Amino acid sequence: MEALMLTVLLTSVPLIFAATGELVAERSGVLNLGVEGMMLMGAVSAFAATAIVGNPYLGVLAGAVAGAMTALVFSLFALGLATNQVATGLALTIFGTGLSGLVGAPFVGGTIEGLPNLAIPLLADLPVIGNLLFNHDFMAYLSIGFLLAVGWFLRRTRAGLVLRAVGNSHDSAHALGYPVLLVRFCAVSFGGMMAGLGGAYLPLVLTPHWSEGMTAGRGWIALALVVFASWIPSRILVGALLFGGITIMQLAGQARGWVVPSQMLSMLPYIATIIVLVVIARNREFALANSPACLGRLFIGSK
Amino acid sequence: MISMIPRKHIPLSLTLLTPTIAIILTLLFGAGIFGLLGFSPLGSLYTFFVAPISRPDQIGDLFVKACPLIITATGLVFCFRANVWNIGAEGQLVFGAIFSGWMALSFPHWPAMTLMPAMIVASIIGGIFWAMIPALLKVRFNTNEILVSLMLTYVAALFIDWLVRGPWRDPMSFGFPLTKMYSDAALIHRIDVPFVGMLGQLHWGVVGALILAIFGGFVLSRTILGFQIKVMGDAPRAGRFAGFNPNLITIGVMAIAGGAAGLAGMVEVSASMGQLQPNVSFGYGFTAIIVAFLARLNPVGVIFAGLIVALAELGGDHAQIALGMPKVVTGVFKGVLLFMLLAGETFNRYHITWRHPAPMPGSREQ
Amino acid sequence: MKIKSILSFGAIVAVASMAISALVGITSITAAHAADKVKVGFVYLTTPGDHGWTYAHEVGRQQVEKHFGDKVETTFVENVPEGPDSARVIRELAKQGNDIIFTTSFGYMDHTIKVAKEFPNVKFEHITGYKRSTNVATGNIRFYEGRYVQGVVAGLMTKSNKIGYVASFPIPEVIQGINAFGIGLRSVNPKAEVSVIWVNSWYDPVKEADAAKVHIAEGADILAQHTDSPAMLQTAQKAGALGFGQSSDMKAFAPKAQLFSSVNNWGPYYINKIQQLMDGKWSTGDGPDHWAGNTWVGMSDDFLVLSPFENMPADVAAAAAKAAADIKSGANKIFTGPIKDNTGKLRVPAGKTLNDGELFTTLDYYVDGIAGKIPG
Repeated sequence: MEALMLTVLLTSVPLIFAATGELVAERSGVLNLGVEGMMLMGAVSAFAATAIVGNPYLGVLAGAVAGAMTALVFSLFALGLATNQVATGLALTIFGTGLSGLVGAPFVGGTIEGLPNLAIPLLADLPVIGNLLFNHDFMAYLSIGFLLAVGWFLRRTRAGLVLRAVGNSHDSAHALGYPVLLVRFCAVSFGGMMAGLGGAYLPLVLTPHWSEGMTAGRGWIALALVVFASWIPSRILVGALLFGGITIMQLAGQARGWVVPSQMLSMLPYIATIIVLVVIARNREFALANSPACLGRLFIGSK
Repeated sequence: MISMIPRKHIPLSLTLLTPTIAIILTLLFGAGIFGLLGFSPLGSLYTFFVAPISRPDQIGDLFVKACPLIITATGLVFCFRANVWNIGAEGQLVFGAIFSGWMALSFPHWPAMTLMPAMIVASIIGGIFWAMIPALLKVRFNTNEILVSLMLTYVAALFIDWLVRGPWRDPMSFGFPLTKMYSDAALIHRIDVPFVGMLGQLHWGVVGALILAIFGGFVLSRTILGFQIKVMGDAPRAGRFAGFNPNLITIGVMAIAGGAAGLAGMVEVSASMGQLQPNVSFGYGFTAIIVAFLARLNPVGVIFAGLIVALAELGGDHAQIALGMPKVVTGVFKGVLLFMLLAGETFNRYHITWRHPAPMPGSREQ
Repeated sequence: MKIKSILSFGAIVAVASMAISALVGITSITAAHAADKVKVGFVYLTTPGDHGWTYAHEVGRQQVEKHFGDKVETTFVENVPEGPDSARVIRELAKQGNDIIFTTSFGYMDHTIKVAKEFPNVKFEHITGYKRSTNVATGNIRFYEGRYVQGVVAGLMTKSNKIGYVASFPIPEVIQGINAFGIGLRSVNPKAEVSVIWVNSWYDPVKEADAAKVHIAEGADILAQHTDSPAMLQTAQKAGALGFGQSSDMKAFAPKAQLFSSVNNWGPYYINKIQQLMDGKWSTGDGPDHWAGNTWVGMSDDFLVLSPFENMPADVAAAAAKAAADIKSGANKIFTGPIKDNTGKLRVPAGKTLNDGELFTTLDYYVDGIAGKIPG
């Protein structure tokens, strides 16, 4: 059971990264549907960098940079040229899927040495939870670190306040003299970096391979997680564990001989996403209390 | 200083010019990518975009490849015009194939006169059924139709996989995942063009697709329904003041898009496969999104856009056979083309100058 | 958009494309077709880099080039989905003058048959299917033979008596493999049990790794796979478990975990069929037994090869070698009764051996030693 829970934890890490990043972007009022594309770019870059240089930590860096660079393309169009955010995000996913496949073509079938586990002294020796919580790779700790930092940043810092102000009413924020587009640009770039890290986790920890489209919809599930979390960072953790749990459960169920067609079990993460979206949306007060009012709206200001 | 001022009137020349420029820019970008990959840029462009349609039969095949894209994109245009973001056409297409497949497999002895219309109706119902899930959830609970329709695409793909490997598997297929072959009455046949003969795989479904796109253009530009859809998309507040029911519009456009996608699924299976298999759609639902945008959300433009995007797909195969170029290049092309089109949209809608005009901050409701 | 504008839109596109074609047409070169060479086309499902199924075919293609040298010219097309696109690609290969075309995945079956009708002078070889026509032959490897040996080794090596199997899709070739594994397992170990996880994919490294992790978490210490990536073996190595590779030798990916790999060796098959074509002796070899395709061969002809036995004690390696030798010589046909299913029901009476047709039509159960039920 402990080993299964460990697997669940690992499965949820990419979701934590990507959803936390997207949450920041959305809090600034930008809906970037390109998470899947950014994750794939992060995954392929992390794999390629590690394969070429041989250092997985460099792979982490490469994944982060690639994700941010991919987000830059989004910013250029959706912020710079005020194109429709939904369509631009879709374009980013299509583009990122294609480009990652192209960049990754020579790496298909190769393998890398992934990130090692770093046991935290003393804590890792605790019975049961020691191994479960304190004996992980660098990125797993990093994901939690980012989650906490984002929660603190949004609630406790002035910059976080500005970011939320921009997301809630870009006109008022602009009138107050805040650089709306700059704030959004930073938020989107951060979102891209986090998606890149989430993607990088797949080849660096989960399986030391690159394959086309290996994120298999995780980017979209991350988007759903932001809604599930009703734009509050700490709730992302709950959601990510839930989805990680369902992903692993459908495999464990088969191993334990559940008499359900495997396709039906494979549907579970996607159906669960829909159910969660409905449950959350039913309670409007809860769902929309922290929803950025300007999410997805265009801002045309003088720049 | 860049400033963007919304245009009051979009000149016709711009309407036509922007997609053209977008295509040319994409080609230039493509030439750059070919160069980076170590291929001759011009030679590759030729192999990609000209060689695949240098024989009459290949032109027929181009229309065949474009057929599901044209049908699906025609429906999507209605959704996107109304600002309803159905990106799950892929799943709706699969359900159209499943419903029509059920007719074809259950009533193989019916004559074409009855079976074919029954399959068409079934496919449309199947597509609408799958599209109604995100539509009703959006109307009733305000859930996000983008995420729901996308998640349902994964579910649909797994569902048909289960059907074809499980209950619908042909008992004579030795355990392999195929349904029975459709009866002849359930197949869409190739066109014997007068004086020319067969043009590749050109089939009657293509004619249907062209008619559908033109009919879609008529509905959108000449009917009250089309008018309501456009108003709700461009100015929802005005639409509500005018008494249009936004929920009905949402359900309506989702039904149109789902029905069209379902029909595309039926046509694809009946014309090109002849039986259900675990995978009946190969990204048509997603590619159709690009087609709809390339057409500038105009159903008639969808015909040209569908052909252009289909050409990029054929070019990908051809470049691989002739040059050994990785096939994923096509995906990059599609993404870049969509970016260029969106940018073009901005140049259409706004007058962009370098002077500093009177400050006019403001946002536009999307 | 008005009709006029549509027309001008079309005109612009047309002019633009003509301009480009004129520009480029000058520089384009058409390859001269050397008439004396035999042109061979291959259609691949994924890319040769998968280190599994397609890689094994690519190795075969390279062997063809090496064997025939200038006498052949080979072309391959990768990532061809199993739908109408495949018909177009096969047709294109035929039109470009290929004399023989190998289509290397089951899903190309009906498309191969269809295109073959249009090109009666071109020979087609469909891999893993069962439909043939005058110019379409079929070929396959008895993959299950290697899996029997895997079962023997797993039965001798397991300490927990739990074995995890990562499977792709419940098609005959996979079911045959699972059952052969079970029969091999039971021949040496009466207690061990195999649990199967279906990942619904041939190549999905993330899901294959997840399935392997779950198997290990549930107590399995030996893993087997009928999917294509080395992800399962790598996961096994990380967790200190052992396993078997698939399609190609995967030792390089998990040197401490691989017991051995069943390697698909397509080269001899391809070379044989191309030689037949050159000699004018190519045929579909239609026999009365139509089930499995006329070229269904395995270890006896070295079409299926086992990589060296490693990470196991000498006595286990010897038992494995003995099992392999018996299959090679034909002494052990594997599906010979008595065979009981996992509910205890006798399915094949003593003394009877399932023929090729029955291997495809009657195996709708798991044999004793495999847990659960076949899905679907």
